[in-house]
Amino acid sequence: MSLLSVKNLCLAIGTLEILRNISFNLGKGEVFGVVGESGSGKSMTALALMGLTPGFAITSGRAELDGTDLINLSEGEMCALRGNQIAMIFQEPMTALNPVQTIGDQVAETLIIHKRANRREARKIAREKLNRVGLPAEQFPLDRYPHELSGGQRQRVSIALAIALRPKLLIADEPTTALDVTTQAQILDLLKSLVAEEGMALMLITHDLAVVAGIADQVAVMQNGEIVEVGPTAQIFRQMRHPYTRQLFAASGHVPARDPQTEDAPLLTVTDAVRTYAMPRSGLFSRPPPFPAVNGVSFTLNKGENLGLVGESGCGKSTLTRAILGLEPLQGGQISLLGQPVGPKMPNSLRSAVQVVFQDPYGSFNPRWKVARLVAEPFHLQPNVPADWHQQVADALVSVGMVERDMDKYIHEFSGGQRQRIAIARALILRPELIVLDEAVSALDVSIRAQILDLLADLSDRLDLSYLFISHDLGVVRAITDRVLVMKDGKIVESGPTGQVFTNPQHAYTQQLIAATPRLPDA
Amino acid sequence: MLRFAATRLISLSLSLLAASVVIFAVIEVIPGDPASFMLGLNAEPDTVMALRDQLGLNGSILSRYLSWIGGMLSGDFGTSYTYRVPVSELILARIWISLPLAIYALLLSTLIAFPVGLIAAARRGKASDIGIMASTQLGIAVPNFWFAMLLVLVFAINLRWFSAGGFPGWDQGFWLGLKSLTLPAIALALPQASILARIMRSSLLDTLDQDYIRTARAKGLSRRQTITRHALRNAMIPVLTIIGMQFSFLLAGAIIIENVFFLPGLGRLIFQGITQRDLIVVESVVMLLVFAVISVTFLVDLAYAMADPRLRRRK
Repeated sequence: MSLLSVKNLCLAIGTLEILRNISFNLGKGEVFGVVGESGSGKSMTALALMGLTPGFAITSGRAELDGTDLINLSEGEMCALRGNQIAMIFQEPMTALNPVQTIGDQVAETLIIHKRANRREARKIAREKLNRVGLPAEQFPLDRYPHELSGGQRQRVSIALAIALRPKLLIADEPTTALDVTTQAQILDLLKSLVAEEGMALMLITHDLAVVAGIADQVAVMQNGEIVEVGPTAQIFRQMRHPYTRQLFAASGHVPARDPQTEDAPLLTVTDAVRTYAMPRSGLFSRPPPFPAVNGVSFTLNKGENLGLVGESGCGKSTLTRAILGLEPLQGGQISLLGQPVGPKMPNSLRSAVQVVFQDPYGSFNPRWKVARLVAEPFHLQPNVPADWHQQVADALVSVGMVERDMDKYIHEFSGGQRQRIAIARALILRPELIVLDEAVSALDVSIRAQILDLLADLSDRLDLSYLFISHDLGVVRAITDRVLVMKDGKIVESGPTGQVFTNPQHAYTQQLIAATPRLPDA
Repeated sequence: MLRFAATRLISLSLSLLAASVVIFAVIEVIPGDPASFMLGLNAEPDTVMALRDQLGLNGSILSRYLSWIGGMLSGDFGTSYTYRVPVSELILARIWISLPLAIYALLLSTLIAFPVGLIAAARRGKASDIGIMASTQLGIAVPNFWFAMLLVLVFAINLRWFSAGGFPGWDQGFWLGLKSLTLPAIALALPQASILARIMRSSLLDTLDQDYIRTARAKGLSRRQTITRHALRNAMIPVLTIIGMQFSFLLAGAIIIENVFFLPGLGRLIFQGITQRDLIVVESVVMLLVFAVISVTFLVDLAYAMADPRLRRRK
């Protein structure tokens, strides 16, 4: 008999149907993967099972956990069940914990709330659970606060408080999306071992097909609030009966067609670049100690080349990016673009030769400006705004696959993928030599990501552009770059032609990164 | 935590020092000579000089600054030019009205604002929330001196529960003193409570949107438990800032209310000092107020560190 049996689960907000006839069964000790793109209803399915849907949502159907129908329980009954029989962990480890409570208290609270232990016993059990998730007492005493831990460690705390009462079902909603690949691999291992040892069932929600491929017994593919295909993982990946599954699979491993034409002329040269930040002062009058975020980095980017820069969070990628854009001064070494020095005081004419596209398509536009003004903004770098600027904006929009009409709209009228196209149009408007793409496709769904990668490849071939492609996502870097740099702790530890670095990594860190990256099974 | 307090204390003394220099310099450059003001328009220049000597106005700037600071550190604030009594006596007589009034008003404001803000946030968008928001809007808009007059009209003149003004002195009994401060405290507290309640509400609503509230709900906490166990303490952090600012304002900014209720407080003292060119009084009272504001800021900083572990550094 299955532990969780969901039958015809529907959810609507007003007249809008969010979930339609969701049905699946999940057995004890099983891992159930749910994949789909944003807005497909993955998270809403989880929230519906937890009874944590927004107040005005109407839920119908059945969802039986060990014979108890979760959908028709009262709020009080649901409170007794949550954290006890069914627990959940979320995507954002940085904000998922209360910043003003110690980790010990937060884990113990699960036990105290359900009256399963008094405070002293609860703290003892909390200690055991933290040990279990890999946070030993010597380094992680109970009185630590969340801000003293890294993202991966915080996610372990979230897992500890979710499993404190040994729930029958653990729901993990994108538990590793915000983490680095090596940390992701560790957290997935931890979840896998918990399922095996504690005998609970795991419902793992993710947008990443490769993640479920490695861990799930069963997979459900969701699209527009429906499960389009569900079955044993190996079978789903082998047969891919539904066209949407095939489409997702193709988009995940998509490699855009490119025709690289690298000239042997250096466009950007970085020589021994050092960028230090001041750490917090240790005393009122003491000098703040320096922290080298970028520590002696050298490389050359040739004209027409697509250069990748990979590394985990905190390795200095973003700091290096800001220095290359001339936004921050260097404390040592130099950067030159087209033979001229780059820095905060570089002339506007040189600035217009390098443009940037950032990660967040929602935060990088002024919401009160129309698209025409947003895209035309870099013209301020030129002495005169060209008379035909309107036409140039229209052309730039058309070249990224938008239409001329879009100029008169505001940015909130566009989806994430469309916004990223507009950001690329804005970067293109001055016909720069170099575009810095700082995690430019990381926030996008796989199918949108595939389209943007195609667009970038096409633009680079057509306009003879060079890219500095910065990402933590090795798959994407592999797909679009000619050469790659691997960065760790402010230094470049390995560099070389992309294919060579990925197939035959030399540095131990590169090997570790590549080994930790989840892989899609070969179709 | 101790180290945090110690560093805050050092920076507090430095701010006080900087403030004393600024206050002294401003009093130096503003026009108006106390000696000629005291002697009238027809005074002989020699007489003015002699009085200036007597008042200690003729030394070098540095020596006068040092003697002022030195005097204050030893409790000697100088002698008022117009009242001819030590400034410390003047201040002492008045601070026992202004300080209790400020604390009273702040207590009232906090006691009203917290539950009101909490109810509004917990019932967001419902009738009680809308009603509370509308009345706090009114509380901010109504000038407090007008509200004070209204209070006098209703509670002093019509109902005769309170006296219309004046202060009998604490020696007449604690409750009598407190009673005569009640109407002024209410008049002062109303706009402050309205502001504080709105800030409490929006801060709590922001907090309730946070991811860790969702985590708490997923643990099995009820809505009410998430507010009391997780949201309140986090929501307090911006509220504390406002409370600190309000206390400073209530201590020094009650001039109008003190006038409406005929209370001989610090606000009135400083106002009289300015109009009569009694610069030594002005200097000393302003310095005292600066000291009060900086001390309150220090307490708020400590309260911050207690509420938010991210501010105290692990040793």
